[in-house]
Amino acid sequence: MAAAVAASPPASADEAAVRTLELTKHYGAAVALSGLTMVVPRGEVFGFLGPNGSGKTTAVKLLLGLSRPTGGEAWVLGRPAGDRGTRSRVGYLPELFRYQGWLSAVEVLRLHCRLAGIAHDEWSAQISGALSTVGLTGHANAKVETFSKGMQQRLGLGVALLGHPELVILDEPTSALDPVGRADTRTIIRNLRDRGCAVFLNSHLLGEVEQICDRAAVVSDGRVLAIGRLDELLGRGGVRMRLTGLTDPGRAALARRGTLAEHEGWFVVNGVDADAVPELVAEVVASGARVYAVEPVRQTLEERFLALIEGDEARWRR
Amino acid sequence: MAALTIARLTIREAARRKLLLALAILTVIVIGLTGWGFQHLSTLTNADGSPIPASELRLAVSQVLVLVEFMFSGVLALSAVVVASPAISSELESGVALSMLARPVSRYQVILGKWLGLAALILIYVAATTTLELLVVGLATGYEPPGPVGLALYLSGEGIVIMSLALLISTRLSGMTAGVISLVLFFLAWIGGIAGAIGEVFGSHAIKNAGTISQLLLPTDALWRGSVYELEPVLYRDVLGATTERAGNPFFVQSPPSAAYLAWTVCWVVLILSIAVWSLHRREV
Repeated sequence: MAAAVAASPPASADEAAVRTLELTKHYGAAVALSGLTMVVPRGEVFGFLGPNGSGKTTAVKLLLGLSRPTGGEAWVLGRPAGDRGTRSRVGYLPELFRYQGWLSAVEVLRLHCRLAGIAHDEWSAQISGALSTVGLTGHANAKVETFSKGMQQRLGLGVALLGHPELVILDEPTSALDPVGRADTRTIIRNLRDRGCAVFLNSHLLGEVEQICDRAAVVSDGRVLAIGRLDELLGRGGVRMRLTGLTDPGRAALARRGTLAEHEGWFVVNGVDADAVPELVAEVVASGARVYAVEPVRQTLEERFLALIEGDEARWRR
Repeated sequence: MAALTIARLTIREAARRKLLLALAILTVIVIGLTGWGFQHLSTLTNADGSPIPASELRLAVSQVLVLVEFMFSGVLALSAVVVASPAISSELESGVALSMLARPVSRYQVILGKWLGLAALILIYVAATTTLELLVVGLATGYEPPGPVGLALYLSGEGIVIMSLALLISTRLSGMTAGVISLVLFFLAWIGGIAGAIGEVFGSHAIKNAGTISQLLLPTDALWRGSVYELEPVLYRDVLGATTERAGNPFFVQSPPSAAYLAWTVCWVVLILSIAVWSLHRREV
């Protein structure tokens, strides 16, 4: 898998939807983001994962120019982060999504069409398209203050879709949504990717990221712990076996194949290719152990995430 | 231009939140009540039943009118502060600003847009209240102050000055704090103006200078004095101006603000707006 902070910059910054180099943000003595280096190619769904307070929202605000870095550099769609012209090509749903409660949904969208500099003759199609995509067509003329949180988040997603953006930045886009809303959001994100739009998805909902992201970065305490394609991040998987009578040579044979862990009578070997499993079982049987069950295991993103975070914490404790 | 979009949004917010309606209803009630009062004032007689001389009656009407306009200027200043103080901070705190500032909008356009919208609201309020009040007074008493247009301009200027200050503070502090600071400074400037007038009459340079400095730092009181000047009968200015009774009287003014002072007031507003733009530009969202 790709090592932490190992993303190499592309030949041209123009190729990437987002590119950062040692991007750093300090608030006084507090470090919000420390040396973030990553590349998000165009047309890709990129998951930015991390526990609360890990610097995810800080990174997004730096990319949008809402906040200034204390070190490093960032480019969005080939231009320095915060560039005013580039912002018309970027859609954004903030984590703290709030819209003028005294406006109707359609008025909020109209306001953003105006602010985004979208040609007036496109407004009507853009607005009805956004409303129908996020399922708010029936509430177009209702005041936003009458909306539930989930409806407001849907509206925010609609706002982010205006103007055919080349990059959409979604900061915890499903935090207020029910399972149906979450599924809808996944469909919307896939559709964006299908039409070549890059999606930068800030989330701590790992299942969500696992389902839709092409690549992801795991951040903690403002640092990137791992970055790469999802299958690379998750590793090669492994096998778990229920055994008795495992001798030292048998244990050594398992450990040679991958990292060995023992849990409630099950022996888990991570990092084993599925093709190597029959051979592994034969070796264990030859060593004198009795095998009752063999199951392939694939590490979930959650397990990988927790392993990364815990490993990082242990490293800092030392 | 984004600034005009934000200006329109500011005015629409005032309308949608029923601020304009509330002010309109209250203004009509107040003007109705004062009209009734002026009507009675014009029919007063001396204790022995003899009629009050027209000049004295005119003086009385002008003085009451100054007090009524003082109330309107107070309502205007307080309302301007209440509306402008949270104008930026509340949107930053609530998150409404996040999605807007991520658009291709410069922060100067946000400040300029808010300022234009609020200034338009002030002009609408002043134009409506001044026109109605002077019409009612004219009908009830026949009194027409010498400078109705000047009165409206000075009152608007006063409102715009205090609104600009509140807007600046709103880029950094919460609405509550910005409101309190703006009001304290507004009343300090008022007291400073009274002190300056006392210093002038009694030849105390120190007190006069303190008043002048306060008027330079915050031009609200000097503009209020300009509106008083536009309300007084010309004869009254000449008579009372020659006595020491004018000392410290916040409802009598002998001369309007100078052209240089008005130029300074314009510069002051531009300066405050520039600092507000810089402040918002530097602010992390």
